[in-house]
Amino acid sequence: MTDTSTRTEPADWATDQEVRWCPGCGDYSILTAMRMLMPELEVDRENTVFVSGIGCAARFPYYMNTYGMHGIHGRAPAIATGLAMARPDLDVWVIGGDGDMMSIGGNHLIHALRRNVNLNILLFNNMIYGLTKGQFSPTSEVGKVTKSSPMGSLDSPFNPMSVALGAEASFVARTHDMDRQHMMEMFRRAHDHKGASIVEVFQNCNVFNDGAWEGITKKGNRDSNLISLEHGKPVKFGADGEFGVVIDNGTAKVVSVADVGESALLVHDETKPDPSTAFMLSRLSRGPFEPTPIGVFRAVERIEYATSSTAQLAMAQNDKGAGDLSSLLRSRGTWQV
Amino acid sequence: MTDTAPRELPLQELDEVIIRFAGDSGDGMQLTGDQFTSISAALGNDLATLPEFPAEIRAPQGTLAGVSAFQVRISDFAITTPGDAPTVLVAMNPAALKAQLPNLVQGGAIIINTDAFSEKNLEKAGYESNPLEDGSLDGYRSYPVPMSQITRDAVAEHGVKPRDAERSKNFFALGLISWMYTRPVEPTMEFIGTKFRGKELVIKANEAAFHAGYNFGETAELFESHYEIKPAELPKGEYTNVNGNTAIAWGCAAAGQLARLPVFLGSYPITPASDILHDLSELKHFGVRTFQAEDEIAAAASAVGAAFGGALAFTTTSGPGVALKGETLGLAVSLELPLVVIDIQRGGPSTGLPTKPEQADLLMAMYGRHSESPMPIVAPKSPADCFNAAIEACRIALRYRTPVMLLSDGYLATSSEPWLLPDIDSLPDIGVDFHTGFNGTNEDGDGIFLPYLRDSETLARPWAIPGTPDLMHRIGGIEKEDESGNISYDPANHQKMIDLRAAKIEGIDVPDVEVAGDPDADFCMLGWGSTWGAIDAAVDRLQAAGKKVAHVHLTHLNPFPKNLGEVLSKFETVICPEMNAGQLVDLVRAKYLLDVKPVNKMNGVPFTTAEIESAALQAIEAS
Ligand SMILES: Cc1ncc(C[n+]2csc(CCOP(=O)(O)OP(=O)(O)O)c2C)c(N)n1
Ligand code: SF4
Ligand SMILES: [Mg+2]
Repeated sequence: MTDTSTRTEPADWATDQEVRWCPGCGDYSILTAMRMLMPELEVDRENTVFVSGIGCAARFPYYMNTYGMHGIHGRAPAIATGLAMARPDLDVWVIGGDGDMMSIGGNHLIHALRRNVNLNILLFNNMIYGLTKGQFSPTSEVGKVTKSSPMGSLDSPFNPMSVALGAEASFVARTHDMDRQHMMEMFRRAHDHKGASIVEVFQNCNVFNDGAWEGITKKGNRDSNLISLEHGKPVKFGADGEFGVVIDNGTAKVVSVADVGESALLVHDETKPDPSTAFMLSRLSRGPFEPTPIGVFRAVERIEYATSSTAQLAMAQNDKGAGDLSSLLRSRGTWQV
Repeated sequence: MTDTAPRELPLQELDEVIIRFAGDSGDGMQLTGDQFTSISAALGNDLATLPEFPAEIRAPQGTLAGVSAFQVRISDFAITTPGDAPTVLVAMNPAALKAQLPNLVQGGAIIINTDAFSEKNLEKAGYESNPLEDGSLDGYRSYPVPMSQITRDAVAEHGVKPRDAERSKNFFALGLISWMYTRPVEPTMEFIGTKFRGKELVIKANEAAFHAGYNFGETAELFESHYEIKPAELPKGEYTNVNGNTAIAWGCAAAGQLARLPVFLGSYPITPASDILHDLSELKHFGVRTFQAEDEIAAAASAVGAAFGGALAFTTTSGPGVALKGETLGLAVSLELPLVVIDIQRGGPSTGLPTKPEQADLLMAMYGRHSESPMPIVAPKSPADCFNAAIEACRIALRYRTPVMLLSDGYLATSSEPWLLPDIDSLPDIGVDFHTGFNGTNEDGDGIFLPYLRDSETLARPWAIPGTPDLMHRIGGIEKEDESGNISYDPANHQKMIDLRAAKIEGIDVPDVEVAGDPDADFCMLGWGSTWGAIDAAVDRLQAAGKKVAHVHLTHLNPFPKNLGEVLSKFETVICPEMNAGQLVDLVRAKYLLDVKPVNKMNGVPFTTAEIESAALQAIEAS
């Protein structure tokens, strides 16, 4: 950010390209949240890059008036890693779907997270392959009937939060496409975090998996099924905060506050160095039909990858002096003829 | 050995010698060979080396699979290969003898560590009877030397334990060979001092072993004479000894300076390419950033990301890795970003022969991506030439904003030759400017940036990197509209973009081929890559025998030099020796409708000069 930058408007972040998602797709509200957030971050468009893989979600960069790269299926975290290493001065966002990031690109995702490269990774989870017209994805529930699984899918789904915490990601959060303010807050937190941040966004694919998240994100269901995690506060939910979460014998459990008493509830600590409690929270829900936590699961400080890489370059220059080609070619001994 | 006083042995002059040091992988043969090479280089000989490593890291001791060898050829004339067959074999154990004897020339000399020929070791090597006694070595000059014992005796006075003493026997062998070829003692003493700095006992032991070997040659009545190889007539100047992989690494670092760009390498370890990753990882003070990725796809993808950010980006690998990178390279073709892909070819298919060379990735480099995704290809011809080839690949990548394939192989990777160091100031400036301003206007007359508006001469698109105000743009693998770069599914536009991408690569400014040997000959040998040395040497021999032979060598395989078709069509017969099943032949036949004849070899061993000479003689006879 430069001091002279004048404050931008959301419209400044939009391109002239027509947005081509299906009408009603959850991706629109994510795009809006992002365009609205950008002016608040007070960053410059030219120093912001969106990198994506392939899928409906991955079209996102075309709609942001920043630098952008629409890559290949699954490889966005790897492309972005190279960019963030070569250019630690940039804000690099990575956008992809559940197929892109959990299936073909699962390997790149966990490695970007464990290295703690300074990336803001947004995983648009619609539990389906949208762009290829509706096959089950690695986050689809067992028994999902699709064109490629007419008798129901056999695969157990990944829980992206558990995967990310398993990879010891330093910032792990979840939000959903029905709550713009919450999305903006999570994206802001991801942006402000130095290191790899991953935000899972529950996203509705109204064409191939309509209503998949309704059980928890629909207005009437939120009170009973969305648990909003807040740092330093007891984990509570319900219309009147009547439910809570305790850790019982290594497992997170939903309880009635009246039964256990307020003091027995788990007090959420997103900064806890050990990811185990966050992992337990991520295991609380088996799917969008029972109480499911959203918000920041984990936000810990850990040395950022490109920073370390740059430090090594500086250290080497300090020790050996700036690289001199002539002495390099003579470094293994020479002789005169 | 009765007489301990130095004897006056006749000094015989040789024009060359090819020595192969062979032993168990733990015997230090590479170190021994390297050091012998260094001393000979300092004496002014021309030389070429060929190391041979076992495929397994810790193959069982004493077995054939565990044999490690190092061949060095030194001469008083200019050479281009490490030689067809060794004339001297140093065999440290039975397995080394068994594995290497078939390579030795008839009548060649074998210096044998007889102490290693125990019953157990003979059995491990698969000998049913002792070759030292059963006549197996008839027809060779064998010199049995109890190396282990003498070494143990020599180091004992320094208080070295007998078990540790064994480790110094390679220095005994080096001392003996140094005596045989009248190499000076001092440089090796210096080398031992530096190499084992801080380990006084090891220094003492190695020094003692070396002297014991040297004195043994002088005093034992085993050898009839010793030899001298005079300095070669080489161009004047300062030389270093370099192998292909190091020369590539240095070329990459040099290219970064010549282009004034930070270097980024994304790589995943694989034999025989890993040493480039290792070497570049040592060059952080050059601003070289290396990234060991989780796989080859990520390695290539990270390099694409770095190139987008304005780095001079590389990815290094071998054939299996290129196969994995294919889709990402297609993306790079579509994005039109500079990127250099380095393939150190090894035997395939699949894991194949990881430590053996092949030239069989040419068609993969040419066509190994889906659809029409042309990529320039550059191939070095010798270890030292790897430096120039790396810079040339970068020049093309930067000037034309394209991924470029640099095709080296396992032979060039590890073999070494003296390199007349270039004058740094004479290296080309390969820098290009980033684009920083608008290059078009919209309907309202406002300035806009068109990321696919091409340079009229090179057809390269502008390279505008993130951080540049006003030039925000999006690029991707989906087909894009000419000039604007916006997504376009328009049929005519797709045709146009396919044509433009092809024209850009076809139009690269590749230097014309030159004809070596006799340009008026009817017979020509066409080659590319590492076969250059053997073909060049064969041309010399054929010419010496009165044959008229021409030699055309290709450094650029895509696009071909503009004059290639015309040059080749002048010859009645063209043969093309390649370490593949005829891949360059296919390309040349398809492009020029010329009936170039294949000469192929794929046994993991580079062509010998004799093989090429005999293929040429056959072809000349048949025509
Ligand atoms: C190498 C490769 N394999 C397969 C595809 C086809 N493909 C494109 S997107 C996609 C899955 C998309 O699902 P997801 O990542 O969840 O994104 P969504 O469309 O749901 O947003 C697939 C299989 C491809 N483009 N490239
Ligand atoms: S297919 Fe689904 S995810 Fe894709 S744009 Fe349409 S609604 Fe959105
Ligand atoms: Mg999806």
